[in-house]
Amino acid sequence: MELRSNEPAGPIENRWEKHKEANKLVAPANRRKYTVIVVGSGLAGGAAAASLGEMGYNVKCFCYQDSPRRAHSIAAQGGINAAKNYQNDGDSVYRLFYDTVKGGDFRSRESNVYRLAELSTQIIDQAVAQGVPFAREYGGLLGNRSFGGAQVSRTFYARGQTGQQLLLGAYQALSRQIEAGTVEMFSRTEMLDVIIHDGRARGIVTRCMKTGQVSPHIADMVVLCTGGYGNVFYLSTNAKGCNCTAVWRAHRHGAAFANPCYTQIHPTCIPQAGAYQSKLTLMSESLRNDGRVWVPRNKEDVTKRPEDIPEADRYYYLEERYPAFGNLVPRDVASRNALNVTNDGLGVGPEVDGERRGVYLDFDDAISRLGEQMIRERYGNLFDMYERITGDSPYKTPMRIYPATHYTMGGLWVDYNLQTTIPGLFAGGEANFSDHGANRLGASALMQGLADGYFVLPFTVGNYLGEVRTLPPLADDHADVAGAVKAVEERVQKLMNAPDPKHAPEYFHRKLGRIIWTKCGMSRNKEGLEQALREIPTLRDQFWREVKITGTGEELNQTLERAGRVADFFELGELMCLDALKREESCGGHFREEHEENGEALRDDEHFSYVAAWEWTGNPGEPRLNQEPLTFEYVKPTKRSYK
Amino acid sequence: MSEELLNLTLHVWRQDGPNDSGRFETHKANDITTHMSFLEMLDVVNEELIENGKLPIAFDHDCREGICGTCGMVINGVAHGPQKLTTTCQLHMRQFNDGDEIWLEPWRASGFPVLKDLVVDRTAFDRIIQAGGYISIRTGSASEANEMPIAKEIADQAMDAAECIGCGACVAACPNASASLFTAAKISHLSLLPQGQAERQDRSRKMVAQMDAEGFGGCTNHGECEEACPKGVSLRWIARMNRELVRSMVKADAPIENRKR
Amino acid sequence: MQRALTLQQTTIGKKVIMALSGVIIVGFTLGHFLGNLNLYLGPEAMDGYAEKLQSLPPLVWGTRLVLLFAFGAHISSALSLWVRNRQARGSRYEKRKDLATDYAARTMYWSGPILLLFVVYHLLHFTILPAHPGEVYRNVVEGFQNPLIASVYIAGNLALGFHIFHGIFSAFQTLGANHPRYNSYRRDAAIAISAAITIGNLSFPLSVLTGIVTL
Repeated sequence: MELRSNEPAGPIENRWEKHKEANKLVAPANRRKYTVIVVGSGLAGGAAAASLGEMGYNVKCFCYQDSPRRAHSIAAQGGINAAKNYQNDGDSVYRLFYDTVKGGDFRSRESNVYRLAELSTQIIDQAVAQGVPFAREYGGLLGNRSFGGAQVSRTFYARGQTGQQLLLGAYQALSRQIEAGTVEMFSRTEMLDVIIHDGRARGIVTRCMKTGQVSPHIADMVVLCTGGYGNVFYLSTNAKGCNCTAVWRAHRHGAAFANPCYTQIHPTCIPQAGAYQSKLTLMSESLRNDGRVWVPRNKEDVTKRPEDIPEADRYYYLEERYPAFGNLVPRDVASRNALNVTNDGLGVGPEVDGERRGVYLDFDDAISRLGEQMIRERYGNLFDMYERITGDSPYKTPMRIYPATHYTMGGLWVDYNLQTTIPGLFAGGEANFSDHGANRLGASALMQGLADGYFVLPFTVGNYLGEVRTLPPLADDHADVAGAVKAVEERVQKLMNAPDPKHAPEYFHRKLGRIIWTKCGMSRNKEGLEQALREIPTLRDQFWREVKITGTGEELNQTLERAGRVADFFELGELMCLDALKREESCGGHFREEHEENGEALRDDEHFSYVAAWEWTGNPGEPRLNQEPLTFEYVKPTKRSYK
Repeated sequence: MSEELLNLTLHVWRQDGPNDSGRFETHKANDITTHMSFLEMLDVVNEELIENGKLPIAFDHDCREGICGTCGMVINGVAHGPQKLTTTCQLHMRQFNDGDEIWLEPWRASGFPVLKDLVVDRTAFDRIIQAGGYISIRTGSASEANEMPIAKEIADQAMDAAECIGCGACVAACPNASASLFTAAKISHLSLLPQGQAERQDRSRKMVAQMDAEGFGGCTNHGECEEACPKGVSLRWIARMNRELVRSMVKADAPIENRKR
Repeated sequence: MQRALTLQQTTIGKKVIMALSGVIIVGFTLGHFLGNLNLYLGPEAMDGYAEKLQSLPPLVWGTRLVLLFAFGAHISSALSLWVRNRQARGSRYEKRKDLATDYAARTMYWSGPILLLFVVYHLLHFTILPAHPGEVYRNVVEGFQNPLIASVYIAGNLALGFHIFHGIFSAFQTLGANHPRYNSYRRDAAIAISAAITIGNLSFPLSVLTGIVTL
């Protein structure tokens, strides 16, 4: 497999402009002759479908939710970065670019990242024009805050619901195109396969989640904006429906999957309370600005009430180990330290599977320093949410937090045009791997989704169509189409008719999640990964033998939907472990215990400065590794240190 | 955070499809811990049903953190259940007592046909937004974001209205199954902002016409919607919608066509 | 081709019509009550007041026409909304708990028809088929001395009180008057007006029954 990034050459600040000038165009009158399929209706998919529809293409947009407004982008709380420099603190496109490359631990493509930083300012203009109610100052101008340890205030936000408001902006733009007839929307419709004809992506096979009807949709090209694969861990902050099926089906047809082991763990989530737990809830990272993280110094104290543990017996491990940054160390450092102290038996909270996985986040000092009223103003909503979920009031007793999977940097390999290794198949947003390297900065996910959707895909889609001109018509009864439909139907039948049905899909998903979380989570080692690689195929075989689905495939059947997704997570989970095993270094969200120095990650630029693009070979255990070397012309790799 | 175990009796609305008449079925939920969320309690019941070869209870849910608006059911006669400002997914079992009987029903409204059990079709809300719930701005043609200052108070009000998650609890709770709070929230969000002025007259007329065409009832000012709303969207936006509609009906030069479902 | 949208077609338009016609009717009811206070000034005042009104046919017939129109609009909009709102629910909830609805709001569709019947009875009793034409004071006092008739009036006015309490409050909302700073006044106004009319109106049969007002 040849990996051509198709980056333009020349000074980095001119690359995108130059690239656009060289783009092939499709004349306005011809655009309606092209059908573009967009799968997913989140920030990337919704924005792309709306923009492409507006340009005059014939767009078909698909989502598994009952409405495009519910894509999981909606749950992003913090904000969106943009290099506007409204605060006059020296921000610039270059600085945002620099921070993102560095934050990604030098595992991303410079050209892509620069373009992202460059487009960030246009996103804010676009969102404001759509009526997104960003926070404002008393003078009526847009407000900003500093986020995730950035040294400038470049984050725009709409209360604690920035993702919601930006998504509703894109959803409204999409709704306008649905009304105009340029976009046809298919909600409660799940993509289950890609149709490849003549080496190009020419459509998808879907299952209507209301009736079970499996149908082909033919198009000139397909854009996947289907989000990340964090639910491979079973417990994550993702929505329950988030899944990897679309990207995994594409991968099985030849789209390379890049850097699957780069997953981001968010340090401040509400810990698991029991074995039945279905998801983890994120609490904004801003809590670490005023809260102090600690665990009991002595194992005997872990079951005591925190109020009864004297100050001398409290271990403020972040403050002690990282005097400079204290409780504000980056996400991965905070997460790993929580893992370490709980591994040492100092975790607090309820016991789940024989372990106490929780640390205290204490606001007692902040309340006595600033007063309860001030804390209420800053974090009132979060404290209320915490109390709803746990039954404890953080005003009276310390919060319990623990890291949880939050975002996946890996995804389908794409070139500068966001095209995968299958011609005519594009990927945007969290579904691709392109911009965040090994670690994503806070408030950058929304930025990337919208940059891809509003500003990159509309150009590169046109470029592709301008290049291919006219594709031969493809009929529903063509062997390539009928074959894909038949394969999907057979898979449904296979899931419905396991030889020895015993357990619901969740039973297997929980077990898979447990393996991935313990062996390929915050901290990984060779032994554990090898063990996971032995356990996953066994569990997968058991799944196909024993998965139990009641009802039929020809109706609304949520168990069947979940089973199909779990089946794909098995294969992706295996690839994740393989990638983690192969990457013998620690970088960003990927921490290998063999590669550290005093607890700090040791990157190996000499051997691993590449994108690992895995190719499907037909056997999930033996994918082929392709490497896209990464070169850094502008931001020279340095070592991260927070001591 | 003391933990207790609850044994509950669920009376669940079961309906095979849109054309089935539906009935209540009784299920036991035993050894439910008070730490569970309401939907986790249903997960446990469902997993047991599947393992016993029975059909699980179909219910909608996704983010399970109260923002996507997918979940929702009427629990003991109250949309989203007994806790104020809380979606079904964030409701926890500590709100219930051992031995409780819990009645679970879908949102009931002609505008929201039942698809299965507790799952309803809310695409009517999408069509209301499609009718005009947007500001027409071509991608890439926006002017500099800080060119137009917007008073903080106005921006905050717009955000208050924009908090709506489109869950449909307002319709479910309204004695008339009216979609006024949902429609009003979007009309108000956009009409408050300077960007929304150009389409102001058409927007309110088209959205109200669509809301009516979808078969929702009219507002009779009971205030049930505001009480049920998990995001606390205010009735004041309905008053504002009324003003907007009358104003545009009186002022606009050109009539608009009525709308169909 | 679809027909153009008109205000009265919309559910909001219908409520606006109900609010505006309701304001007219409440206005009349208030005036009616104030005029009836003449009862306490004795037969001459009461009958004189009635005679004076009758001597101004344009006023009487103008008012009657406006009221007829207001009632027609109020009732037809209410009927149309009632039918629509019933259809909008579809199937009924097995369990249903009101969180915000007060007694007055809940009973609007009952108090409305009861009031209509009461108004018809009231018109027959005093205006169309009076026992002693021209002797208003006597008609009222004789009528209210009959406990059965008095209790019809008491019941009718209680229904009126609840109906206009929710009606006035609701009209503010329908006509777009909702501002957090002034909202408490909406409720106060609704209570004040409906209480004044109801207590005032109730005082007439009660004073006759208790013998405060006699022939």
